[in-house]
Amino acid sequence: MGLFTELKDSISRVTDRLFSEEEPKRIGIYGPPNAGKTTLANRIARDWTGDAVGAESHIPHETRRARRKEGVEIERNSKSVEIDIVDTPGVTTKVDYEEFTDEMEEDDAIRRSREATEGVAEAMHWLREDVDGVIYVLDSAEDPITQVNTMLIGIIESRDLPVLIFANKIDLDDASVKRIEDAFPQHETIPLSAKEGENMDEVYENIAEYFG
Amino acid sequence: MPKATNTDDPEGPDGVQIDLISGERMENMATMEKIRMILDGVHDGNIVILEEGLTPDEESRLIEVTMSEISPDEFNGIEIETYPKSKTNDSSLLGRIMGGEESTAKLTVIGPANQIETLHKDETLISALVSRD
Repeated sequence: MGLFTELKDSISRVTDRLFSEEEPKRIGIYGPPNAGKTTLANRIARDWTGDAVGAESHIPHETRRARRKEGVEIERNSKSVEIDIVDTPGVTTKVDYEEFTDEMEEDDAIRRSREATEGVAEAMHWLREDVDGVIYVLDSAEDPITQVNTMLIGIIESRDLPVLIFANKIDLDDASVKRIEDAFPQHETIPLSAKEGENMDEVYENIAEYFG
Repeated sequence: MPKATNTDDPEGPDGVQIDLISGERMENMATMEKIRMILDGVHDGNIVILEEGLTPDEESRLIEVTMSEISPDEFNGIEIETYPKSKTNDSSLLGRIMGGEESTAKLTVIGPANQIETLHKDETLISALVSRD
């Protein structure tokens, strides 16, 4: 290869790299309801931008619409990645408004369930069309082998999307990270407590390494 | 698809209809045809059993369409449980010799969320308790 061709190839590689690095990766935070997705999204957004993404709650489907925090630049161990965090509603195959009537008036419960169903439908659509990678959040105190988790992991794998599994809520007494590792051994599992901020260094190392 | 008799006709037989749909019937259907067939059955109060299951993309669209059809006091969504078939059993001999693509065939049970009390799966059994209400 001549010097000119070599130089041209080298410039082209650098240019491609610069352009590809300018585009933030859209990383969808997916998982079942109440796994701590919004708490994690808020923790990441606050740590790197100072702002939160959305309200957190113990009531299922508090996040009824996907929310995006753009331009979150995460750096660890000389690796860095700029991501847009997309916090999605908890994916489920059923929503019953009566589950919310203990906490709120019937009209509000109906409105919440309607928003939740629209939010889940959007989240499923975006999983097929609009995300570059997935952080799949599970509650490590719950059984991870559910049909929704199995289906969603299968959908993510079928689209060849990079996925990190986060075993959240390790601060709980019933937490078992091994149960999650055993359920999805084909993927990296990172233990954490988004609420308490435990093990966030490893979380950021993996995000920078895996999605960068 | 036979018409459900348990919910449409108040004077009809009291029971739960189970539709067992063969892989052959599904193989030439488009994704939305399959989803429509499943959800029409579930809306009628039927339990739908798919011999060959759905692809991941079809499962994703099933969740999306199900969510768009949920309505207070009418339709709460679906319960779904799937069995991956044994890779050894459902590969053809030629496929096994040639190391061909793994079969994704799987048995899937889908029913209305408000009628299926429990849908439990262990290694060799899917068990559903169906209410007639």
